[in-house]
Amino acid sequence: MQIAFTVNGKPVTLDADGDMPLLWALRENIGLTGTKFGCGVAACGACTVHVDGQAVRSCVYPVAAAANKRVTTIEGLAASAGLPEGELHPLQRAWIDVQVPQCGYCQSGMVMAAAALLQHTPHPTDGQIAENITNVCRCGTYPRVQKAIRSVADGAKAAS
Amino acid sequence: MKRRTFLLGTAAAVGGGLVIGYQVWQGKLERRAQTAVAQGETLLANWVKIAGDGTITVLVPHADMGQGAFTALAMVLAEELDADWSRMRTQRAPADIAFANGYLAQGFILGPKPLPPIADGVARAGFAEAARLRNVQVTCGSMSVRTTGQMGLRVVGAAARAMLIEAASRRWNVPASELDAAKSVVTHKPSGRTATYGELAHDAAVVAPPSRRRLKPRSEWRLIGTSQPRFDIPAKSAGREMYGIDLQLPDMKVATVMAAPVTGGTLVDVDSAPALALSGVERVVKFNDAVAVVGRGYWYARRGLLALAPRWSDGGHGAVTSETIARQNLAALDSTEAKVLHKAGDVARNASNGRAIEATYEVPLLYHAAIEPINVTARWADGRLTVWCGEQDALGAKANVLEVSGLSSAEVEFIGLPIGGGFGRRSPRRSDHFGQVVQLAREMSPHPVKLIWSREEDIAQGGFRPALASRVRATLDGDGRPLTWDQRFVDTPGIILEGVELPYTIAHQSLAAVQSPTHVRGSAWRSVGHTQHGFYTECFVDELARAAGRDPFEYRRDLLPAGSRHRRTLEAAARHADWGTPLPPGRGRGIAIVESFGSVVAEVVEASYTADGTPRVHRVVAVVDCGTVVHRDTATQQIEGGIVMGLSAALGEAITIDKGAVAQRTLHDYRLMKLAEVPRIDVHFLEDESLIWGGIGEVGVPPAAPALVNALAAAGKRVRRLPVIA
Repeated sequence: MQIAFTVNGKPVTLDADGDMPLLWALRENIGLTGTKFGCGVAACGACTVHVDGQAVRSCVYPVAAAANKRVTTIEGLAASAGLPEGELHPLQRAWIDVQVPQCGYCQSGMVMAAAALLQHTPHPTDGQIAENITNVCRCGTYPRVQKAIRSVADGAKAAS
Repeated sequence: MKRRTFLLGTAAAVGGGLVIGYQVWQGKLERRAQTAVAQGETLLANWVKIAGDGTITVLVPHADMGQGAFTALAMVLAEELDADWSRMRTQRAPADIAFANGYLAQGFILGPKPLPPIADGVARAGFAEAARLRNVQVTCGSMSVRTTGQMGLRVVGAAARAMLIEAASRRWNVPASELDAAKSVVTHKPSGRTATYGELAHDAAVVAPPSRRRLKPRSEWRLIGTSQPRFDIPAKSAGREMYGIDLQLPDMKVATVMAAPVTGGTLVDVDSAPALALSGVERVVKFNDAVAVVGRGYWYARRGLLALAPRWSDGGHGAVTSETIARQNLAALDSTEAKVLHKAGDVARNASNGRAIEATYEVPLLYHAAIEPINVTARWADGRLTVWCGEQDALGAKANVLEVSGLSSAEVEFIGLPIGGGFGRRSPRRSDHFGQVVQLAREMSPHPVKLIWSREEDIAQGGFRPALASRVRATLDGDGRPLTWDQRFVDTPGIILEGVELPYTIAHQSLAAVQSPTHVRGSAWRSVGHTQHGFYTECFVDELARAAGRDPFEYRRDLLPAGSRHRRTLEAAARHADWGTPLPPGRGRGIAIVESFGSVVAEVVEASYTADGTPRVHRVVAVVDCGTVVHRDTATQQIEGGIVMGLSAALGEAITIDKGAVAQRTLHDYRLMKLAEVPRIDVHFLEDESLIWGGIGEVGVPPAAPALVNALAAAGKRVRRLPVIA
């Protein structure tokens, strides 16, 4: 079936089985490999993207459900926040400042989950961060994930 | 111009007078090393390239799986070379024996003894089973920095610097003693002349390597010990890092596979028709013990696979469960067949001279749970096989591919890619995916095939830290000190057994291994034998302290030799953790100390049980004595991550066996620690320049489980069977 939606601001039309998870459409049909396959059952969050601004785990999100919606992946996160080409999202800058990633495989999903959180809750408490960031990182970068989110949230607070 | 690989043609004294393997790097190996050099670059040594534009590239014979070793190794090289840090780059060395780190490791082990003549080890049958310190590009044993860095790159850097200075000396016809080097520039002070390393690199390549090299004393270090931003982090923060699973090739097919759920079982039969009837499915491929579906994308292949109803044999293991394995382990501990690995004094004569204490500990099967599932891509075309894969040992992996393909080394190219988490799983001992992908690539030739295991397959076909047990009996003397320590533990055949010895001064000891083989596949899991032996030793010594009515920290300290590394590390941990100060009600402190991979690590955990009995971890303090800290922030990060992994495993991780097969199906069934459970973690380092550099990547893991269990014991309830949350 023909499915049309936007990915990182660009319109795409796919001829794909509507049951196929959005994850595989992004990775294999559209060639955006920043979104990762981890578990296929929405347990780990490595595949987290935004659909109409909401964080979804794209490994269980049928591509048909994305029809006529706005999909944002790690590759388009900065642009979705209105930043010019080549700039990093504040969370990505914090990820570098705090030196968060180890193997890095889960980090696209982490950043996308964190971005969705800050969009809805710009000044989360530590408890809200813990409650909302349920992605799995086997390298154990969690203390730095927390610190990086904290730094962006607190920076935004200081600026506002 | 004749390029030469100069460095390892010469003996080089390092640290405590060790001589590294040098004669092995001559002849054709030298030529093969040139394959990594692009036009306009000059090869100064096997591990460093200096380009005419001044870019300095370190060829790293290890995989990046998150340990930050590439940046740390570049720092080590740049330190001795006096290079401009902003011009440093790293590149993964090709999977070629010329870039193996094993000879360094051998030099490290053998000291000045002559090394065996080199053979084309890649092509040798059985090579993949070579011990971990053989000619393999291994990324394990926390070795990258401590062998390649300490033993190799420091010497390479110092030698390259001397050669660049010699080149400038000849060019300007001035004595080398009047020259100095800093930030990639050689300066002749009397005349003010300068030349960059890039300008000198070409000439330096024909300078004979210096026979004696001076390594910088610690007081002159300006890079080692700092925290340079890691090269790999910007790409990983932007989703741009390309892991094995991200490889896209023209006309590529995607496959997925299901192997016999019971290890040792085979495929009895399968009807391919239901898969072939589905859109996007191109082929069903049968193996002796597996069935794969090839499609135009992963999801199509997976859907096809799930439409199949393969029948499997169970290899005669269908009655095995976790309970039968546990019973077998306990029975083995009682058996008369025990292999004594360490003996001191006379346990038998002294065992009845005091108060007897006994405890039995059990640890479960542990899954690596790397978030990137096993995957590999291969193309078999025009008689050549190319394989792309993230592997912890690229040479061993290549050897594995040669074995399963029947091709010669010259016909196979193995390209190592970054790994989305290894932890021991991406080592060639457990590499069924190579056999699978080679057959798939042959069938689909000339199309490249990317094989991706589903998470379900990655769990079902894992190579696990085995389920093990140990029983310890001790006798306490009148002062409550252990007079005897009599321990038996289940052996881990095929997985290196280490960490068995006790750090404590106990006069009468017997440490013995018993056999309890199972059909379940085992493999090295981060920090390997130390995960269970650190747990046994440090839980039991804690129990002895409590039986003796002593403080567990003081009890350990008094059993450690005065002035020892262990004692110093333990004391520092207690100090940083405010040991002995009051805690909130219900909270307990636990301490543990484990030496692994050349480093001594002590951890103090604060933990409690919630009202419903759920354990909670509040704080962890770690003190790490690794001799020298090369990259401070990366080292901290590795210890933080190791603690999280150790706590995660101890709290809730277990693979169980039912009807001979792994019972867990998806990641929902395997309890991994998430952000909400992570405690505050403080990491401190102790350094001692008289020590050989210790490892970092694995050493944070082993003390976490016993420190947690000891804290929970202090909080009210001791656990002797992991995981804590059963």
